[in-house]
Amino acid sequence: MTTPAEAVRAASEGDRFVVALGGRWRIDQADRLDRRLRGLAPGAAKRVLIDLDNVEALDTAGAWVVYRTVKRLREEGYAVEFTRARPEHKALLDLVESNDWPVECRPPREPPVRAFVAHVGSATLDIIAETGMLIGFLGATTITLFRSLLMPWRVRWTALVNHMEQVGLNAVPIVGLISFLVGAVLAYQGAEQLRRFGAEIFVVNLVGVSVLREMGILLTAIIVAGRSGSAFTAAIGSMKVREEIDAMRTLGLDPMELLVMPRLIALVLTLPLLAFFADVTGLLGGGLVAWMALGIGPAQFIERLGEAVPIWSFWVGIIKAPVFAFVIAVIGCYEGFRVEGSAESVGRMTTRAVVEAIFLVIVIDALFSVLFAFLEI
Amino acid sequence: MTASEPAIRVRGLTTRFGDQVVHDNLDLEVRRGEVLGVVGGSGTGKSVLLRTIIGLNRPASGSIEVLGHDVAGLGGAERRSLEERWGVLFQDGALFSSLTVAQNVQVPLREHTDLSREVIDELTGVKIGMVGLPAEAAGKYPSELSGGMRKRAGLARALALDPEIVFLDEPTSGLDPIGAAAFDQLIRRLQRTLGLTVFMVTHDLDSLGAICDRIAVLVDGRVLIVGPMETMLRETHPWVHDYFHGPRARAAYGA
Ligand SMILES: Nc1ncnc2c1ncn2[C@@H]1O[C@H](COP(=O)(O)OP(=O)(O)OP(=O)(O)O)[C@@H](O)[C@H]1O
Ligand SMILES: [Mg+2]
Repeated sequence: MTTPAEAVRAASEGDRFVVALGGRWRIDQADRLDRRLRGLAPGAAKRVLIDLDNVEALDTAGAWVVYRTVKRLREEGYAVEFTRARPEHKALLDLVESNDWPVECRPPREPPVRAFVAHVGSATLDIIAETGMLIGFLGATTITLFRSLLMPWRVRWTALVNHMEQVGLNAVPIVGLISFLVGAVLAYQGAEQLRRFGAEIFVVNLVGVSVLREMGILLTAIIVAGRSGSAFTAAIGSMKVREEIDAMRTLGLDPMELLVMPRLIALVLTLPLLAFFADVTGLLGGGLVAWMALGIGPAQFIERLGEAVPIWSFWVGIIKAPVFAFVIAVIGCYEGFRVEGSAESVGRMTTRAVVEAIFLVIVIDALFSVLFAFLEI
Repeated sequence: MTASEPAIRVRGLTTRFGDQVVHDNLDLEVRRGEVLGVVGGSGTGKSVLLRTIIGLNRPASGSIEVLGHDVAGLGGAERRSLEERWGVLFQDGALFSSLTVAQNVQVPLREHTDLSREVIDELTGVKIGMVGLPAEAAGKYPSELSGGMRKRAGLARALALDPEIVFLDEPTSGLDPIGAAAFDQLIRRLQRTLGLTVFMVTHDLDSLGAICDRIAVLVDGRVLIVGPMETMLRETHPWVHDYFHGPRARAAYGA
């Protein structure tokens, strides 16, 4: 390997300053060579000769390092010439010279304060525009939904069943496990508190009401938002990136009908079933703990449940399921359609879909509570 | 390593996807400093061959040597240093969608060299200019480019490290004829000045005639013949004959 000293030898010869380059001028050495060339100062000489006779290998990075030095020297007022360059080396130097175009390599940075203000402004406008678009999407979904109900033969039954399996059946284990555990924890913690008043039997009321009214459906909706809402966004988003949605439109296929409806209907049909299943496993978990920790046997548990918990508690929970399903599916699909360009955008929108869906589910749940309080249910 | 040793040597390569045999005991050598064009019908396994050579696809059997190294047997650091010596242009560009064109070109420069930022930025401009992209394209994201521009940007990234071998998968498809001719000239020029070895899958008869030193024809999972254009024109195998004597071929070089 040539040392930097051998690679660049500079000497004054009268009014000429001769720079003899030697060795390998390739990308792996380019940084060292560049630093060596930066130190080059021809001093009093007016003409600079660059002698390439001993250069063994040259690539574009090496040629660029040489050329940028030549450029600098020319700007400093020297007349620079190459000498004894092999034709292929000269060709390479010409190639980089003819492509000496400064390009913008990173997006321009704004001053932080301005960037902050601009960000707040554009985020506000985005929220407004987005709300409008979401309402538009909601409208389009509703219209398509009614059309599908009036013309059931246009519903894609195969896709529907497939989605029902994915969002419903395949979610059964996780929904069951989580609500079983939550039911058990609820009963256990309740038992601890109620035992102090000798009111252990009220554990049944506690578990019954909270699982049936709130916990069962809320947990199910949150799990499904994380599981299926994200899947909807990712699937539709990837199709958008690869122009599959555009292709559908040009083939006269309606993406709302093909992609949104099967997902929406599948979720609206299966979420109540999942919520019912969550109710059952939640009660099972609570009942098991009540039995083991408090000695309330299954027969007593069921009897007490029947007395203490009105059937309305169950319906209050289940009624919310289709609404939550609708929200999760619409948000999931909507964010999918908003994916633009890059794979990164798919990830961003997926995160958004999940966060928005869970947020809306909880807000709507709160509104339901207010409504039911009014109705005194 | 001697100069006469081939840049790429494929021996007895068999590739399968499930039951489908794509390559059946295929042999191929690419000499140093040559431009090899690989042709074959759609779906004959040209892209798969390219992917297998660069180690993205595991062959069922056979050996592949690139620059004297057995690709399958390399691990970690050795493999990375071999990867620095080749550049790949995928069939659809395969740019990183979250980075601008300039940033895409800079990825290998930053990762594998210790060049200063200043020089990296300047070199990026040179590479972008070399492949014929306008300077404005540098700040754009791949989704904002046309198909042909994505190809060029992909080539700029493939050439970033001044590799010894470039693998090109249909580099001129999607380019206008003037752009395609410029592309051919660029490849030719780089091959002459840098001693570049080029493995090029192409259907472009003009490229085949203009810049390929040799052409390899893939038929039925094997390399049927390898040779310069003259050999192809004399070949009597029906597919090869139709390929090089079809109406498009006649239009391209009056064969
Ligand atoms: N990941 C994969 N899984 C299964 N089969 C594959 C896979 N990739 C390629 N194939 C099959 O291997 C065969 C060769 O594909 P390849 O992409 O190499 O074709 P090609 O010669 O490059 O065609 P074209 O000229 O259209 O690009 C095809 O039949 C394809 O279906
Ligand atoms: Mg291909």
